[in-house]
Amino acid sequence: MKDIAELLRQHPFTTELENEIIELIAGCASNVVFQANDYIFREGGDADHFHLIRHGTVALEMKGPGRDPLSFLTIKDGDMLGSNWLLPPYRWSFDARAVELTRAVAFEATCLRAKCEADHHVGYEMMKCFVPPLLERLQMARFQAADIYGA
Amino acid sequence: MLPRFLPVQRRIRETADVLSLIAEPPEGEKLPVFLPGQFNMLYAFGVGEVPISISGDPGERGRLVHTIRDVGAVSHALLQLKRNEPLGIRGPFGKPWPLDQARGADILLIAGGIGLAPLRPVIYHLLAQRHSYGRIALLYGARSPADLLYHRELERWRRVPDFQVRVTVDHAGRDWLGDVGVVTRLLPKINLDPADTVVMLCGPEIMIRFSTQALLDMGMNTQQLYVSMERNMQCATGSCGHCQFGPHFICKDGPVFRYDRVEALLKRDEI
Ligand SMILES: Cc1cc2nc3c(=O)[nH]c(=O)nc-3n(C[C@H](O)[C@H](O)[C@H](O)COP(=O)(O)OP(=O)(O)OC[C@H]3O[C@@H](n4cnc5c(N)ncnc54)[C@H](O)[C@@H]3O)c2cc1C
Repeated sequence: MKDIAELLRQHPFTTELENEIIELIAGCASNVVFQANDYIFREGGDADHFHLIRHGTVALEMKGPGRDPLSFLTIKDGDMLGSNWLLPPYRWSFDARAVELTRAVAFEATCLRAKCEADHHVGYEMMKCFVPPLLERLQMARFQAADIYGA
Repeated sequence: MLPRFLPVQRRIRETADVLSLIAEPPEGEKLPVFLPGQFNMLYAFGVGEVPISISGDPGERGRLVHTIRDVGAVSHALLQLKRNEPLGIRGPFGKPWPLDQARGADILLIAGGIGLAPLRPVIYHLLAQRHSYGRIALLYGARSPADLLYHRELERWRRVPDFQVRVTVDHAGRDWLGDVGVVTRLLPKINLDPADTVVMLCGPEIMIRFSTQALLDMGMNTQQLYVSMERNMQCATGSCGHCQFGPHFICKDGPVFRYDRVEALLKRDEI
């Protein structure tokens, strides 16, 4: 089986990361598998992990009283899942459900935050990996709010 | 040009606010040839006339198909037409999609919402002349699964070997197993040669702007991209000025434009 650092090197999220940083953060990571319909996390739960999806599909969902869950984004191969672990109160703000068999690398958030605090260069490089997908999702949320197809 | 009246033969409900009207000429009468991307002016008695793209198969000469979204007075009146009632038609008008120039290249179609209607004739053409083109792909975005046009055909196209079809919606319930998110997220998932691809886009202008930006970021140039501009018009012959878009008249110079010709205009608020 490939070691975690190798799996991380193959993931698009780490393309810009130095090898030493990949080796360092691999110490906080493990290989995980979710079956279809497993919840990876639920709204309100502790954001103590984040995931890099290797294969599969995860639906991000919101629930309202008397309403079926509504998916507002699907996360796929090569994507990053979850950012609430980055800053307090470290709490998930939506549900993440595997739609099919999904393989991912899971990071332990306390471990990763400690490494970023201990070496701000590591923290800054990690932040540069996180910001682009976050900005992309913010832009998508704007399009959804503007209801571009309906207007 | 005076409208010609053709009886509506069938009404197909596509979504809650979109219907396709199928009109057929009486026995022995011929329909004019149309090219994918062209539109007709459809006339509703006493209400007005609006441009609507032809959404049927250009190879099928016996019927004329238009897919219409109910957004205002004229489109609403058109969608009230019952079977055998006459539909007033002037056309076809406008510059078509560049299917001849695109021969031999890979083809990427990007549609948003009702924008799939003007691209459907392109799909029929590509599938009928499959050997003349390289790889072909359709990316289609809509508000929700209930807002997708041509459900059955999408399913059929998905099963066509060598036709990459990816659909995404802005939000969906559990019964939707496809993608949720903006249409540009599908771009990395398709297999085309960016240097030798012709892209045809039709949808809301916001979608056109962010999709073209993503295509340019992938290394394509503005001359590979074609957009259909569906801004409002009246005469359809370039004389009333209603649809003037900078130096262009959408009705006669468009609705299909190469992107470099309209890029600057699309970025301006008011024209
Ligand atoms: C070349 C071309 C091809 C078109 N093809 C189709 C088609 O295949 N199917 C289809 O349903 N529609 C199509 N349209 C758009 C259609 O012409 C308009 O929706 C129609 O003119 C609206 O007229 P109305 O009287 O029903 O509504 P109006 O009362 O004129 O308008 C109702 C609302 O719709 C908005 N609106 C009007 N026209 C447009 C437009 N062109 N784009 C975006 N918003 C608009 C108005 O701002 C208003 O908010 C096309 C337009 C063009 C220029």
